[in-house]
Amino acid sequence: MARITMRQAITDALREEMLRDENVFIMGEEVGVWGGTYAVTRGFYDEFGPRRVRDTPISEMVIGGAAVGAAMNGLRPVAEFMTINFAFVAFDAIVNHAAKLRYMFGGQMKIPLVFRAPGGGGRQLGATHSHTPDVIFAHFPGLKVVSPATPYDAKGLMKTAIRSDDPVLFIEHATLYQIRGEVPTEEYTVPIGVSDVKREGSDVTIVAYAQGLQVALEAAAELAQEGIEAEVVDLRTLRPLDMGPVVASFKKTFKAVVVEEGHRSYGIGAEVAARLQEEAFDYLDAPIKRVAQLEVPLPYSRELEQSALINKDRVIAAVKEIL
Amino acid sequence: MDKSTLLEWYRQMVLIRRFEQKSAELYQLGKIGGFLHLYIGQEAIAVGSIAARQAGDHVITAYRDHGHALAVGSETKYVMAEMLGKSTGVSQGKGGSMHLADVSRNFWGGHAVVGAHLSLAAGLGLSEQYKGTDNAVLCYFGDGATNIGYFHESLNLSGVWDLPVLWICENNQYGMGTAVDRASAVSAIMQKATAYGMDGKQVDGMNVFKVYEAVGEALQAIRDGKGPQFLEMITYRYEGHSMGDPLRYRTKDEVEKWREDDAIGILERHILENKVAGKDALDAIDKAVEQELETAVQFAEESPLPAAAELFTDIYVDL
Ligand SMILES: Cc1ncc(C[n+]2csc(CCOP(=O)(O)OP(=O)(O)O)c2C)c(N)n1
Ligand SMILES: [Mg+2]
Repeated sequence: MARITMRQAITDALREEMLRDENVFIMGEEVGVWGGTYAVTRGFYDEFGPRRVRDTPISEMVIGGAAVGAAMNGLRPVAEFMTINFAFVAFDAIVNHAAKLRYMFGGQMKIPLVFRAPGGGGRQLGATHSHTPDVIFAHFPGLKVVSPATPYDAKGLMKTAIRSDDPVLFIEHATLYQIRGEVPTEEYTVPIGVSDVKREGSDVTIVAYAQGLQVALEAAAELAQEGIEAEVVDLRTLRPLDMGPVVASFKKTFKAVVVEEGHRSYGIGAEVAARLQEEAFDYLDAPIKRVAQLEVPLPYSRELEQSALINKDRVIAAVKEIL
Repeated sequence: MDKSTLLEWYRQMVLIRRFEQKSAELYQLGKIGGFLHLYIGQEAIAVGSIAARQAGDHVITAYRDHGHALAVGSETKYVMAEMLGKSTGVSQGKGGSMHLADVSRNFWGGHAVVGAHLSLAAGLGLSEQYKGTDNAVLCYFGDGATNIGYFHESLNLSGVWDLPVLWICENNQYGMGTAVDRASAVSAIMQKATAYGMDGKQVDGMNVFKVYEAVGEALQAIRDGKGPQFLEMITYRYEGHSMGDPLRYRTKDEVEKWREDDAIGILERHILENKVAGKDALDAIDKAVEQELETAVQFAEESPLPAAAELFTDIYVDL
């Protein structure tokens, strides 16, 4: 085991997969000479050269589409959008092409690619640069959407994503790059589409992922001091969504709070709440609560921005409302 | 050009045209649904260009794709079955007229978001370059597609990365009802290629010989390491943009004028005037095509619809 940052975990996964498989290559804006806008691919250009670490023009549409084209003819691109906000420019390539071609052509092609996209708010970047639009991408069958919360999961999921024969959108919350966690030094992977209990408890189920998981764990620690034991389930993958551990936990606690950084309307919370009432209606003891971003574009000013985002106090308040 | 090649080109062009006419009939009968875009008038481009490719070269085009599918050699009956939404179709009934593909023949579709497939073509080119082959990509698109961002990003990337892509603009004078000069700041589309380091060239797209020659040269230039190439094929679509086009944007005279230079007519005259073959030989080909089409339609009509369980197959490789 080694204690490393999530950034390092992703770097290690990318590097190990590039060493393992010649068909894996990286493309995106500033991934090469610069070393990656978030320094995830630092040193890769020198190690692997310009053939496998490809700096692109500022051309999101063709970054998305060329990754699809290269993938369908047998390569395994890891294409980076500098941030997920710019993936909107490539929305068509992602949802109309990466996610649909296999089905639309009757299974004639595979699209084994990874789109990496740092995302999330809380860094005073203003409204256009602070989105957490994960759920929008998770809406579409054909795409897999992953967003890890710990270095362990980030490394294991990235390896699985690169080896997957399906297109995966890998969303990295930019405020998590610095968090540290234990990661095995030996080879391992984490499966896509498997939720994970990150903290056991019997009083309430808190469902979260990515940065929301860190917030949920903070809230759970504070609640524990008051004698309230929250079970925290990390979704890790948004599509395909694994409700198994969520439902199992809910059948124990009868109460749930869903935490997500994206907006509340039409969000992960809405989806999880709907599925819980469908799959465990008889266990419902209280309204399922949603803690999410307020329905505003994120402002620049620090306090104002923070007031729109999720935090542990809002999670604690939501838990107390239903206990 | 030897006799058998010329007769084969003639056969393919007649097959495409008759396939399109048959499709229009089947559409009127309600047997083909969705959008149907006919290729009539443009046959020389698909046939002449695909004849110039080597086995490993890729083909990718827009939704006006029946001609390309037939020219790469996809069996007529499987293409027709796709039009009818049958499980025996090239895309198993999930794609339809606009989304024909036959990966076994390096034909990657049939794409209906204008311009998007140019980015896929760049990726296909990258994949061949990455693997170190000398294969190229033939990417076809309309004049209208040269106004969308995908076009510019894809051409630029091909220039920056020296991708082995032959960009083939089928300038049929209109994007739906909008004439080229009403949508493009330059009406000679080839000029746009200059901005991305390519010497664009205009070609008479009604003349299969000129298409074949220009494409052959362009592919050779790519294989000689001269980077991506750009051809603007000057052509015309005789029918509407799709079925039900009110055709308010052009005159009958204009259509008639273009028809005088018909692609099949040019080839037919060449064959007859140079005594490559006689009228009887061409008639025999026409008849064989009729027969092939009849068999294809029958096959398509008798083929089963996709089974209900097919709804959920091929969304993912693994789930
Ligand atoms: C992004 C996008 N915008 C609009 C359309 C609707 N549309 C379909 S075909 C077409 C015209 C395209 O013209 P051109 O590229 O010249 O091809 P042609 O139909 O003449 O072969 C339009 C506007 C579309 N399919 N995709
Ligand atoms: Mg056109």
